[in-house]
Amino acid sequence: MFQRLQHLLGIESLTNEQIVFILDQAKPFQEFQRYPLKKLATLRGKTVALAFFENSTRTRISFATAAARLGADTMNLQAESSSVRKGESLLDTVHTLEAMRPDGIVIRHSSSGAPELVAGRLGIPVINAGDGTHEHPSQALLDALTIRDRKGKLEGLSVTILGDILHSRVARSNIHLLSKFGVQFRLCGPAMWVPREVESLGPNVRRIGRIEEAVDGTDVVMVLRVQTERIHEPALAPEEYILRYQLTPERLRLARPDALVMHPGPMIRGLEIDPVVADGPQSCVLEQVANGLAVRMALLYHLIGGAPVDAPHPAKERSNASD
Amino acid sequence: MRIVEKRQLLSAEEIDRTLQRVAHEIVEKTSGASDLALIGVRRRGVPLSERLAQMIRSFAHVEVPVGTLDITLYRDDLSTIGPQPVVQSTHIDFPVDDRDLVIVDDVLYTGRTTRAAMNGLFDLGRPRRIMLCVLMDRGHRELPVEATFIGRTVDTTDTEIVEVRLREIDGKERVVLVDRVS
Repeated sequence: MFQRLQHLLGIESLTNEQIVFILDQAKPFQEFQRYPLKKLATLRGKTVALAFFENSTRTRISFATAAARLGADTMNLQAESSSVRKGESLLDTVHTLEAMRPDGIVIRHSSSGAPELVAGRLGIPVINAGDGTHEHPSQALLDALTIRDRKGKLEGLSVTILGDILHSRVARSNIHLLSKFGVQFRLCGPAMWVPREVESLGPNVRRIGRIEEAVDGTDVVMVLRVQTERIHEPALAPEEYILRYQLTPERLRLARPDALVMHPGPMIRGLEIDPVVADGPQSCVLEQVANGLAVRMALLYHLIGGAPVDAPHPAKERSNASD
Repeated sequence: MRIVEKRQLLSAEEIDRTLQRVAHEIVEKTSGASDLALIGVRRRGVPLSERLAQMIRSFAHVEVPVGTLDITLYRDDLSTIGPQPVVQSTHIDFPVDDRDLVIVDDVLYTGRTTRAAMNGLFDLGRPRRIMLCVLMDRGHRELPVEATFIGRTVDTTDTEIVEVRLREIDGKERVVLVDRVS
């Protein structure tokens, strides 16, 4: 029985059916990005609050553009959160948001679980745009769409993730999603960023010490950014990171010839990824960005559009409405 | 409350003859269907538009491009009908600028679908002219919309529904009038 989604807090609790539904619904919105006039009235009159407590340009612009193209208005909240006042700020802002009555909220916060807290407090749909090191569901969905479009399927593929797995909500959400489709994961990075515990993230997840072994024969290489703002001591000097973990053309050649190179962005060219690889034919980085817009439009359409889930008596569809 | 079939409006043969006649009207009214394109409104407008193009190809030897349009995102009743309807793809892979378009749908009723279809087409460009072709016109317009090409006109009450069944979608081929009775 297909369950209509009320919030998108994470990938872990979604069924395969729900995931495929979102990916399928992103297709018409992919085509929409090619229209001369990219402005719908579908969500006209709706307001989407973009509550970004953590710095983000790309994800915020992507959600803002998705809302605008659907005809919705946005409330832009960008708040700095210091580690001392974290909890206080979040609850205060929740109350402020309630007073302004948005129809839905997209939230990014440095605390894992913050979107779930907000969803429990407000009666409106909540979309997690990244919470701490927990999940980044719309990223995993756009990554899955990119893989499915290029490879024709998700089932049974081999995916390698390179970099700081420990602190990566992108890695976690991707592992949750793709594991549901039987994907085998190889995770590789500096030892203190790829602890043994990561192998319990999914049924088919292995830690690999050497990058050459990690990319050998793989279908997809996902490269993570070295997140200097998230950790206070780098685990390795940049030169050593490059030497041991950079995705170079030579290392990429060990993967399947049609392997995809993906990166959630923004890339640090010359650090985790060689510029030649970043701009090469196997790189899907720009497609990922475009697909992000389509996925987020599909999410806003289904979660924030329409009558409220618990509306008392939604009007019946007219007979002879086009079906 | 159940649905009861009241009478058949068109048999399979009658549907075919009606479409043939409409196809000829289209060619006549557009001076040979040059510069024309058919836009089938999902779902049942799609096979109808394809059949019309096939008929025009066969008797007028003109290749009329066919596109499909999903109007879900342009509906005016989305915030009232509960969960959002599933969005399908729109495939119009020719430019609509300066072109004569014929929107093709199975039933013309309130006219809201046609309004939504026009909005969809305006997002793609600026057609020179938009015409409307429907298999059945059942009256009860709520917007100032009229069809240029009509298969059959039928008087209906508020509770009646005109059901078009096409072999490509329904496996059957007929048009029936049904009613809701308690």
